[in-house]
Amino acid sequence: MALIRRRKQPEDEIQQQNPDPKPDEDDDKEQRALKKSGKKNYSCVDNCCWFIGCVCSVWWLLLFLYNAMPASFPQFVTEAISGPFPDPPGVKCLKDGLKAKHPVVFVPGIVTGGLELWEGHQCMDGLFRKRLWGGTFGEVYKRPSCWLQHMSLDNKTGMDPPGIRVRPVSGLVAADYFAPGYFVWAVLIANLARVGYEEKNMYMAAYDWRLSFQNTEVRDQTLSRIKSNIELMVATNGGKKAVIIPHSMGVIYFLHFMKWVEAPAPMGGGGGPDWCAKHIKAVMNIGGPFLGVPKAVAGLFSAEAKDIASARALAPGVLDSDLFQIQTLQHIMRMSRTWDSTMSMIPKGGDTIWGGLDWSPEEGHSISKRKHRKNESESEVREAAFANYGRIVSFGRDVAEAPSSEIERIEFRGAVKGKNVANNTCRDVWTEYHDMGFGGIKAVSEYKVYTGDDIPDLLEFVAPKMMERGSAHFSYGIADNLDDPKYAHYKYWSNPLEMKLPNAPDMEIYSLYGVGIPTERAYVYKLTTAAECYIPFQIDSSAKDKSEEGCLKDGVYTVDGDETVPALSAGYMCAKGWRGKTRFNPSGIKTYVREYDHNPPSNFLEGRGTLSGAHVDIMGNFQLIEDVIKIAAGATGEELGGDQVYTGIFEWSEKIKLKL
Amino acid sequence: MVLRFRKLYFTEPTLSKSYESYETPKDEKKQATEKPKAEKKQEKGERNKKRIRWGCVNSCCWFIGCMCTTWWLLLFLYHCLPANLGVLKGPEPPGVRLKNEGLTALHPVVLVPGMVTVGLELWEGRPCSQGFFRKRLWGGSFTGILNRPLCWLEHLSLDKETGLDPPGIRVRPVPGLVAADYFAPGYFVWAVLIENLASIGYEGKNMYMATYDWRLSFQNTEIRDQTLSRLKANIELMYVTNGNKKVVVVPHSMGVTYFLHFLKWVEAPPPMGGGGGPGWCDKYIKSIMNIGPAFLGIPRAVSSMLSAEGKDVALIRSMDPGFLDSEILGLKTMEHMMRVIRTWDSVISLLPKGGDPIWGDLDSAPEEGHVCGFETKGFFQSNSRENNDSRNKDTRPRIEIKHGAKYGRMISFGKEASEQHSSKLHKVAPMELMQAVSNATCGEVWTEYGKINRQNIQKLADNKAYTAETFIDLLRYVAPKTMQRAEAHFSHGIATDLDDPKYGHYKYWSNPLETKLPYAPDMEIYSLYGVGLPTERSYVYKLSPSDKCDSIPFRIDSSAEGGCLRGGVYFTDGDECVPVISAGFMCAKGWRGKTRFNPSGIATYIREYQHSPPSLLEGRGLKSGHHVDIMGNAALIEDVLRVAAGASGEEIGGDKIYSDILRMSDRVNIEL
Repeated sequence: MALIRRRKQPEDEIQQQNPDPKPDEDDDKEQRALKKSGKKNYSCVDNCCWFIGCVCSVWWLLLFLYNAMPASFPQFVTEAISGPFPDPPGVKCLKDGLKAKHPVVFVPGIVTGGLELWEGHQCMDGLFRKRLWGGTFGEVYKRPSCWLQHMSLDNKTGMDPPGIRVRPVSGLVAADYFAPGYFVWAVLIANLARVGYEEKNMYMAAYDWRLSFQNTEVRDQTLSRIKSNIELMVATNGGKKAVIIPHSMGVIYFLHFMKWVEAPAPMGGGGGPDWCAKHIKAVMNIGGPFLGVPKAVAGLFSAEAKDIASARALAPGVLDSDLFQIQTLQHIMRMSRTWDSTMSMIPKGGDTIWGGLDWSPEEGHSISKRKHRKNESESEVREAAFANYGRIVSFGRDVAEAPSSEIERIEFRGAVKGKNVANNTCRDVWTEYHDMGFGGIKAVSEYKVYTGDDIPDLLEFVAPKMMERGSAHFSYGIADNLDDPKYAHYKYWSNPLEMKLPNAPDMEIYSLYGVGIPTERAYVYKLTTAAECYIPFQIDSSAKDKSEEGCLKDGVYTVDGDETVPALSAGYMCAKGWRGKTRFNPSGIKTYVREYDHNPPSNFLEGRGTLSGAHVDIMGNFQLIEDVIKIAAGATGEELGGDQVYTGIFEWSEKIKLKL
Repeated sequence: MVLRFRKLYFTEPTLSKSYESYETPKDEKKQATEKPKAEKKQEKGERNKKRIRWGCVNSCCWFIGCMCTTWWLLLFLYHCLPANLGVLKGPEPPGVRLKNEGLTALHPVVLVPGMVTVGLELWEGRPCSQGFFRKRLWGGSFTGILNRPLCWLEHLSLDKETGLDPPGIRVRPVPGLVAADYFAPGYFVWAVLIENLASIGYEGKNMYMATYDWRLSFQNTEIRDQTLSRLKANIELMYVTNGNKKVVVVPHSMGVTYFLHFLKWVEAPPPMGGGGGPGWCDKYIKSIMNIGPAFLGIPRAVSSMLSAEGKDVALIRSMDPGFLDSEILGLKTMEHMMRVIRTWDSVISLLPKGGDPIWGDLDSAPEEGHVCGFETKGFFQSNSRENNDSRNKDTRPRIEIKHGAKYGRMISFGKEASEQHSSKLHKVAPMELMQAVSNATCGEVWTEYGKINRQNIQKLADNKAYTAETFIDLLRYVAPKTMQRAEAHFSHGIATDLDDPKYGHYKYWSNPLETKLPYAPDMEIYSLYGVGLPTERSYVYKLSPSDKCDSIPFRIDSSAEGGCLRGGVYFTDGDECVPVISAGFMCAKGWRGKTRFNPSGIATYIREYQHSPPSLLEGRGLKSGHHVDIMGNAALIEDVLRVAAGASGEEIGGDKIYSDILRMSDRVNIEL
């Protein structure tokens, strides 16, 4: 490139000299006119160049100053503005004399782990071992359809499509930063390093989060790898048991692991019935969707979520426009429906957990109420609009609010799906909706309301192939008799309501999650009016409460949680399902619930905040990090202070009638 | 980098001329942008005055603007190009070709990188390294050196007493394939091999990069990081998860001796060893494909221990004398280098092993009669023999007595001393002389030279010539602490009785002449290395003119020339780093058949790769024999791939020899 620059230089200089001598000889009008035209060119192109030059120079100067700046300068400014910085928890713990003791294993969640290309089609030339997921996402912009093709899995097997191998990045780099500057595990890693952790006693159990859990073992032997690494770390750290820190979907992935490792080979890892007791000190679940997340329903049903619904409310038509033949949502849906793992997060436990037509555990609670209760007297609290959270999907707002006796439901199961939509020009977009026909769509909308029990059936109705693949790997029910031999099958291992915890009385299970952020809980849907190639359902983003404090916004009912996982899903198992000796927890593993109330960052210099409760940002929450470090350094749950609860999780749990 | 460079180049002159202060450049810019518009309406005379200013500042800005726009435009065009159009179609990479032949991944592969090529990252440091947490200090773009050189040196040094971390500093090897795929951006090490392995089906689950901290002694990597245990666990894991297929190990450079150490360690009982029990290697390892192996050490380690120099440094010095030694900037580059290098135990592992029987004595050396091909480039080709059959033909080596370099003299003081017959040499037993305790103290730069006084150095130089054996004595004298520390971890002799229980100690494990190979009759050991490049073999030294007490008193006499002697260095055949004798001897003779070093008769193969320089567009070449570039050699990659896919040594063609290694080995007389 240096060559090019040098060659250009003389040309530029010639151009530059040309306009200069002209203005000197100027009396004749013609000449003036000529000069003016010259001047015009000058002022147009050259001013542009000149302007760019100026901007560049300033930019470089600032960049230079920035680089020359001492590294502690930003901190200094921040401290000057917002008072002295609190010590990072790592430094604080180091001052308290804490030292690295137990090896630590991170289990990242869905989406946050990087994926890299190992083998691909022609269009991905030159990207060998470059990140397709995570990092800068440069390829999405350059060749979107190629990227979608490589990120998708085979829609029959749920494994690699032929000729494509996309694999998880390994090591701590896999999930320390999701994109440049957007930390996931990095803050926690940095703080653990302060008390003496390093590569040898810290391990990132990266796995391909698109696959179903058992398939990660079948294809990549990921579970064997985790087992071997935990054994190695326990052995090389003088027999100290490991502290496991799963996040988000990693939580249920690790549940699966705990069952897998003790199950006999070939289906399991053959570690024997006391493997967990020997190797695991504590499992510190961060933001764990133990019982699934309602967001997954909307994602699978119509590839939407709160964000998309509100985008649609703001600018209707942008996402749906067929002008550019983009069909963004269909493409996303087609891709995400090939990912088995998304099905692991469908709400589990049905009506018993998530509430029926007329009741739900959380009813009568809302975040604003809780916050009010703190500040104001109880009498001032207005009764919030009554929300039927149990109706996870309802067609039309009136249906969502009507008393159950008034709803006329027409059974959709077994309904004739009718003929395929016309000529099937939309075949290439594989969303299965085109196999459904008008009859099927009508049947779905006429059932009106879907509760927790109906959701798996609904998804099975609209996407039979996907659910057929998924139901071989996941199950969403509640076990009546846990000793039934069928529960030895791996598809039950990731459902806490259909598995027994391992026999490890000294182990501890924590549930750490943020609260205080509106979290999706139920949806108001409508039929799409749009053209034939479209997803026939979409969130009715016009449905909202009149008052500011209502739970319904843009067609989504929200409840207390960490913006992704409702508190109920994250907390129930540790608050009640596993508390004491229950049938799900026969050895009486101790459980702790620790909630972290969300406080938005006070100013923009704090970045994503040190007191955040949001699903991912909580990984930078100082309190949480301190808790993790203390446990890793050897403390027990009691020493940490036991439960720490802000929501009504215990009250809600009492409302759930589950045999324990 | 480009941007930053241009920034420095352009902004400084323009802005410093035009603006009085740097503090408010933005505001002034705004004014400046408005000015040209206002200008037009003003009168001519004024306009002319303004035009002078236009001519100066604005044209600069204008120029930069043009540059940027062109740059962006080109960049844009470059990105718009279809990926496969921009690159000239090279020959098909071996991986793709072999895949079409039907090869698929079979045995898991373990890569063991060598010295220097593994990245190191910071885990804990002093305040000056703030912001470098988990950033690479070694490898990558080396930004650390440029920003704060002294801080960087401090963090890369180890503790000079223990050879472990200095207090408060933790620098650790980068794990995973990224550790050594590229050493610096664009400079591949393992990347090409990895890509070719991937195209026949390898991926993260059956390929493992055994990174280790290459600054530490081998046993210390286990003590500090449990690296050996990690390697053992990973091999066992890969063996199990890949359907009980044995692994193929591919070590490079120092990784070769590191893996030798591992072989002994893994079978030794704990706590010193890994407790795998005898038979572990037999069970888990299919073959070891040593690339550019430094089995018997490299002479280059001699010069870097003695004076932190190499061929490269000597060359720079002969081109621009005084540049490196200038004290104007207070740089003392070499002294700093030496101080850091001497804290690294691993360098000691590379000192020539086996002493005089291997490396030659004052008058003879195995390579004797080697003709240096500086002028006649075609020499090596003409002298090379394609395969086993022609090796047996009696091609008489051209012995030129006149230039017969006495390679056995590792270090000689003055060119004459390197050529004289040994009887004429002035000999002083070094250890007798050195009893006088020095009083010179210049402790700041810790090179240990400060503690030796001048007369003794003179006496050292008077001894004229040192062979591989006496050189160790010399080092023990000039760097007593370093050697004391390092000799607890490494040994450089030849064992007379391998059953002596003392050889159970780990310091012997990395020396092939003092260990028995494990019992693994089905295993194969390959030695793959490049030949045809001049390789440092021995040095002509002189006393340094500088009297500064903390400077290095010796340096390579870069004025010495003639025959195989260039810039004070005698060259022989090799891959530019490891001489043939070191890379090939063990597989050619020491371990060939059943010997006392190889009691179970592990099969050994030698595969040499003749160097041929790359053409202009080829980058670093598909036929390179250079120590590191050989990792991109298509023939070598093909061999590795075939073995990984299940072929045996016989199936890939047995030995392939171009150099004189067999004849050289014959001259080495050690008991086998």
